[in-house]
Amino acid sequence: MSEQVYSELFRNNRNLVESVSCGVLNAVRSEALDCLEKYGFPTAKVEEYLHTDISGWLEPDWGINLGRVNIPVNLNEVFHCSVPNLSTLMYYLANDRFMASEMSQHSQLPDGVIAGSLNELAGKYPELAGRYYAGLADMHRPGIAALNTLLVQDGFMIYVPDGVVMDKPVQLVTLLQSPVNLMVARRILVVTGKDAALKLLLCDHSVDSHDYLATQVMELYAGENSHVELYDMEETSPHNRRISELYVDQKAGSDVSVTGMTLSNGHTRNSAYVTLSGRAASLTLNGVAIAAGSQHVDNLTFVDHRVPGCQSNELFKYVLDDDSVGAFAGKVLVREGANGTVSQQTNRNICLKRSARMFTQPQLEIYADDVKCSHGSTVGQLDDKALFYMRQRGIPKDEARVLLMMAFVDEVIGHVEMEPLRQRLRYLVERRFKGGQAQCDGCRICR
Amino acid sequence: MEKFDDNTIVRQISQEKYRYGFTTDIQTDVLERGLNEQTVRMISARKNEPEWLLEFRLKAYRHWLEMKLPSWAHLNIPTIDFQSISYYAAPAVRKKGPGSVDEIDPQLMKTFDKLGVPLEERLALSGGMAVDAVMDSVSVKTTFKKNLEEKGIIFCPIGEAVRLYPDLVRRYLGSVVNYRDNFYAALNSAVFSDGSFVYIPKGVRCPMELSTYFRINASGTGQFERTLIVADDDSYVSYLEGCTAPMRDENQLHAAIVEIIVLDRAEVKYSTVQNWYPGDENGRGGVYNFVTKRGDLRGVNSKLSWTQVETGSAITWKYPSCVLRGDGSQGEFYSVALTNNWQQADTGTKMIHLGKNTKSTIISKGISAGHSQNSYRGLVRVTEGAEGARNYSQCDSLLLGSECGAHTFPYMDIHNDSAIVEHEATTSKISEDQLFYCQQRGIPAEEAIGLIVNGYAKEVLNKLPMEFAVEAQRLLSVSLENTTG
Repeated sequence: MSEQVYSELFRNNRNLVESVSCGVLNAVRSEALDCLEKYGFPTAKVEEYLHTDISGWLEPDWGINLGRVNIPVNLNEVFHCSVPNLSTLMYYLANDRFMASEMSQHSQLPDGVIAGSLNELAGKYPELAGRYYAGLADMHRPGIAALNTLLVQDGFMIYVPDGVVMDKPVQLVTLLQSPVNLMVARRILVVTGKDAALKLLLCDHSVDSHDYLATQVMELYAGENSHVELYDMEETSPHNRRISELYVDQKAGSDVSVTGMTLSNGHTRNSAYVTLSGRAASLTLNGVAIAAGSQHVDNLTFVDHRVPGCQSNELFKYVLDDDSVGAFAGKVLVREGANGTVSQQTNRNICLKRSARMFTQPQLEIYADDVKCSHGSTVGQLDDKALFYMRQRGIPKDEARVLLMMAFVDEVIGHVEMEPLRQRLRYLVERRFKGGQAQCDGCRICR
Repeated sequence: MEKFDDNTIVRQISQEKYRYGFTTDIQTDVLERGLNEQTVRMISARKNEPEWLLEFRLKAYRHWLEMKLPSWAHLNIPTIDFQSISYYAAPAVRKKGPGSVDEIDPQLMKTFDKLGVPLEERLALSGGMAVDAVMDSVSVKTTFKKNLEEKGIIFCPIGEAVRLYPDLVRRYLGSVVNYRDNFYAALNSAVFSDGSFVYIPKGVRCPMELSTYFRINASGTGQFERTLIVADDDSYVSYLEGCTAPMRDENQLHAAIVEIIVLDRAEVKYSTVQNWYPGDENGRGGVYNFVTKRGDLRGVNSKLSWTQVETGSAITWKYPSCVLRGDGSQGEFYSVALTNNWQQADTGTKMIHLGKNTKSTIISKGISAGHSQNSYRGLVRVTEGAEGARNYSQCDSLLLGSECGAHTFPYMDIHNDSAIVEHEATTSKISEDQLFYCQQRGIPAEEAIGLIVNGYAKEVLNKLPMEFAVEAQRLLSVSLENTTG
């Protein structure tokens, strides 16, 4: 019954929360409160959460920074967290507070592009932000969107107007650093106009070894014929819990590619809800999870084909070691009349140890007849023959195993379009497989 | 010439509707509608059951009262009033009891004749099949009992088995499907009426196909049969099940349990052609088919194969499963589920790998037409101790028409690193090229669809015993009638 604790907390501190937030954020809090009380948090009895008991994660007495106490995060310390050779416009969310790097403060954004603090920008452009904020996140079901909407005070927003192509990738680094155990609610709003293009890289880190629970709700509006690449990379600690919900709405002809990477974590639940609402939209939804120890990675995807002629392509790969648990549930819904839909969903998993567990549920729900839909799912081990072949040629066993695992996940990483990022990911994954920390020592956070 | 013949057959078939929709006007002894402890006691009393069985029923009934209707299936089930159903209906029997064919009500004989079920042993040449015919709540007749008895095979109505082989029945009844298993299993355990009991002794290969034919006849009743099959070490049996019901505007409930126990190195083949009345083209009437079927492969290297052709029923909720307990045991599931008009089906299987080096194969072919909804739901679980488990699943769906739905919900829970589990699914419509090709050669669209669908389902139909395969092919064509355009 932790829902009650949270709604109580909000009622008691409503003024405090609303006093530091802009009108757009405050406008939906009442609805969020109703939804939270009505639908609550999902338990493991809810079909979509069979293998991840979110409500248990929310049970402990988390610290919440409602009063906007300034937890000092030294940006200079973390300034270098970048993928080498990739020049990006970098922004930070330290816990749930927005910060801009010096570089991004000084660099000129293309005409009409707005990027920065959600609270600040939504206050400055209430009409624009109001049109999109909380428009996709579905609070009317058990989930995390209602709680996030209720408590959120800041986050990141970027708006790319019609016809603007952002050459430089935008990078958002989310950091968790606090003297006490902390729960944060962060929010990301991305809007791209007609014919616009955006590359967005999210890096999720936790800096110290306190317990953290991060809820992240991201809404992405992809306008007509827009092109959006989103990379969401998690490198946190075993003490970290992350519940993320991504909502995407794709207009006609838009091309969105989302790649989720869980390289190191504690407990993670990522949900992606994509609606293909305009004709000939195309979606690529990929994911990699590498888990060891007692890590837990659960990905849910829901792709809603509402109109004819759209394409979706999903590929999720898991490598599970030790006692780790992996779960994947993917649903593709093809609505009545959505003819000409082409959809493919693949989930492949490797369990390296006997104690590792994998749950997979690829699902198709189809109400139109002129469609081509398929899904495939496998759970297995490294190929003995391939291992034998390599050892025969003098490659040591461990190295051969790493090579095979690399090849296994490269099917996803190889699709990353940004060359420097792809190189970096390969390096990180290799290190991870060799038993090293999956920390990108390219930055100071991870040192 | 041959082709012409084929065509006439197809045409004939496509012109007929549900041809088992007649009712038999026969005196029936029906228990009053409603369900309470008294009903359970009365059913038990009518069947002269021993005390332990009554206790079993009552325990199940009390547990059922506490259970909630399952709602997880992808089905839209109208509210069922469990108090408006009569839980026992028996064709009135002449005083002596049906010992030989002559003593069975001629009306009844005619009914089964009309259904094409041989109740006379002279028909042995046509198939070599022993039949247990069940009408409403009682078994009417079991053929070839004598021949089977010579080999030590027991094949009789379960009510009779309770009297004659109480130890066997008591040992195995409810040991695979516990009365607590699910809502309909609890209901069945409380009120079950006749079904078949099969016991194949050690080392015996059953010389003929065993078959049970289920028929709902009386209105306002449900059928709750229970089948128990025990295959002892090194034995083999092939068992067939068929079912039909009259056309009625009301919905009738059919909640059955099938339990199969397979011991060391034994093999059981279980085939079903399910053709309950599916309701009319407006979705009125039809049977609700909520069935729990499970096999427990207790023996080493035992084998169980489920084959089902599901064309009937307004709503089907059914997951024939295998518990692969014995080392080296093998489970197979082959299914063709066809839905038309407003039919709904949520069907599939569960393969629970417990023993070492267990194998399972799942081939499921769904065909949806009209406004129907057809779902495959399956679970493959490999537990920690199930070293070297292997599974292959393939689920294909075919959509005929733009208003129907085809869904796939596979679940894979893997708790062992030595497991190899594969799942593949595709959904598509009939290829225009194939249709065009057939039509170009003078085959009308409707027939062409029938041909293509039969080809698509062949992988499963091939697993059926001969007589059933012919029947199933015919059924597929009939059920698809009027799906073009």
